[in-house]
Amino acid sequence: MSADRNFEERLESWRKEAKHGGAVSGRGVNVAGGPIPRRPGYYGEAVVRPPVWTWEIPLYFFAGGAAGMAPLFACAGLFLGLTDLARAALWITAAGAIISPILLIMDLGRPRLFLNMLRVFKYQSPMSVGAWILAMFGTFAVPACIAFELHLHHVLSGSLDTFVAVVAEVLTFGAAYWGLGLATYTGVLIGATAIPAWFLHHVLLPIHFGTAGLGCAAAILELLGFQIRPLFFLGMFVATIETLLWLWLEFDKHGPADRALHAGGSGWLIRSGEILSGPLPIIFRLTNLVPLAAVSFLLGALLSRFGWIAAGRVSGKDPEAVFASQG
Amino acid sequence: MIGEGTQSTNQRKHSFAQDHVEVGFFTDPSVCIGCKACEVACKEWNEVPDDGFTWTGNSYDNTGHLGASTWRHVLFVEQDRTKGNQIAGPMSLGNDSEDPFRWIFLSDVCKHCENAGCLEACPTGSIVRTEVGSVLVQNDVCNGCGYCVVACPFGVIDRRPEPLPDAGGAFKCTFCYDRQKSGLTPACAKVCPTESIVFGRLDDLRARGAARVRTLQGQGYDDAQLYDPQETSVGGIHAFFLLLGEAEAYGLPPRPQIPTIYLKSSWAAAVVTAIGAIAAVGAAFSFFA
Repeated sequence: MSADRNFEERLESWRKEAKHGGAVSGRGVNVAGGPIPRRPGYYGEAVVRPPVWTWEIPLYFFAGGAAGMAPLFACAGLFLGLTDLARAALWITAAGAIISPILLIMDLGRPRLFLNMLRVFKYQSPMSVGAWILAMFGTFAVPACIAFELHLHHVLSGSLDTFVAVVAEVLTFGAAYWGLGLATYTGVLIGATAIPAWFLHHVLLPIHFGTAGLGCAAAILELLGFQIRPLFFLGMFVATIETLLWLWLEFDKHGPADRALHAGGSGWLIRSGEILSGPLPIIFRLTNLVPLAAVSFLLGALLSRFGWIAAGRVSGKDPEAVFASQG
Repeated sequence: MIGEGTQSTNQRKHSFAQDHVEVGFFTDPSVCIGCKACEVACKEWNEVPDDGFTWTGNSYDNTGHLGASTWRHVLFVEQDRTKGNQIAGPMSLGNDSEDPFRWIFLSDVCKHCENAGCLEACPTGSIVRTEVGSVLVQNDVCNGCGYCVVACPFGVIDRRPEPLPDAGGAFKCTFCYDRQKSGLTPACAKVCPTESIVFGRLDDLRARGAARVRTLQGQGYDDAQLYDPQETSVGGIHAFFLLLGEAEAYGLPPRPQIPTIYLKSSWAAAVVTAIGAIAAVGAAFSFFA
């Protein structure tokens, strides 16, 4: 009898503690999930599912962004007769076109069925549009690089060589066209989802990813030794845009709905990414530290991509974020 | 209705699949007893593997949430409120104040949306709409890209992790498509002992749900309502619910949206960025070269 009494009193003190503090400390005691639910939603369970994507996807966003924007510089090099620049840009393009699908296929749950991506075309699915963009990009990018090398080394002679040169140019323009899609669609891909931290910024995301891709392509070229004035000013331009996007993100806050972007580890990943690719490169460029500016921008763009995926994972697990985004 | 016996739509054979009739589930927590027979029947019929033997501490719910290996999930909602005309008494010793408390069970399931996020997002065409209006994942086509997982506004579909059978693919409730093709009712509705889960023609069920809400409200269940978001971009769900109280307490989004509504402005931003990139590179090389 007295044992029962003690047990009841202990329970009673827990209930009081739970009612006042919302939770009870101690092993095996989950009063927040006990008599009265105090966590948001249904015992704090996720309302939407967080992304299952692992490190391959942010790395793909980074590689695809840089490779997608690189053929623009190849085009500029072809127009202005800057053969070395065009050649380096085409190598970046081709390398990205090979790495990107490998990363994507590695992340699939069933990598052997990767070709099913090209089974249908669905304009309402950014994943389908993106798969086709990547396939078309690869189709143009790798042959463009090969054709350009054939032309540079004059492997063929006479009119055949001229023909190869023309083919290389046409393929480069094609790669530039699909590359623009490759560098920007990834923003649409995660923007058009049910994850609050992502869909609340579905306009900012393609601008951010595209700008970061452009800056990365320019930064890689600078690190390869092309420290020329156009790339310097382009580096200044993208760093300015990234600074403005950072400010946009800091001011366009949605409270609990997108707190994953501002608080915690994911928030700091995004913030440090934006600082590394925004204000810091501007300072480095103004103080004539061009390689440092390029490294900083690349690092920032990489961190930011990982930050956005991490924020999606945090936001997807947060029922309050979902409720707040629909309130 | 309860008492219909073999005349109930849950028990008799049907030809909805042959007649291309839209069907649905109406799940009513006011008669659910939390027996989890639906979870068991679903697992057995569909040969769904176990999803971990964990103790959540969340009331009597150790299932957690819907997922790749959980297609029916009985929620155990505990609230400090009265249920209908229930008389609230003191909950604890030596305390005369009233502690209203209610326990509600609800069997959650894939909603089979009118406009389905997963179906629109699927890049392989693995997810299709069937002749009975349900949303079906064709397991042999799915390559596990994971895009449907983040496209579902209800957090239903998920990718099955290793080392479970058929790992890597996306899974969710099939609406027992195989049973329906043979004129059988879905396994969960078939076994539900109180007909908390009712299977039948969608239009019939919607009328039945509305009538049930009116009945309950007449009996003092003031917060009874239907959860069938027809006014949002989801456009209604084929497996809809009666709820006591607000949707949030059941882990259901109050105003779910299909993610395709963001496509237009997002793609517009992408096009502007692409044009901006061309202009920036053009300007840099024309003015500073």
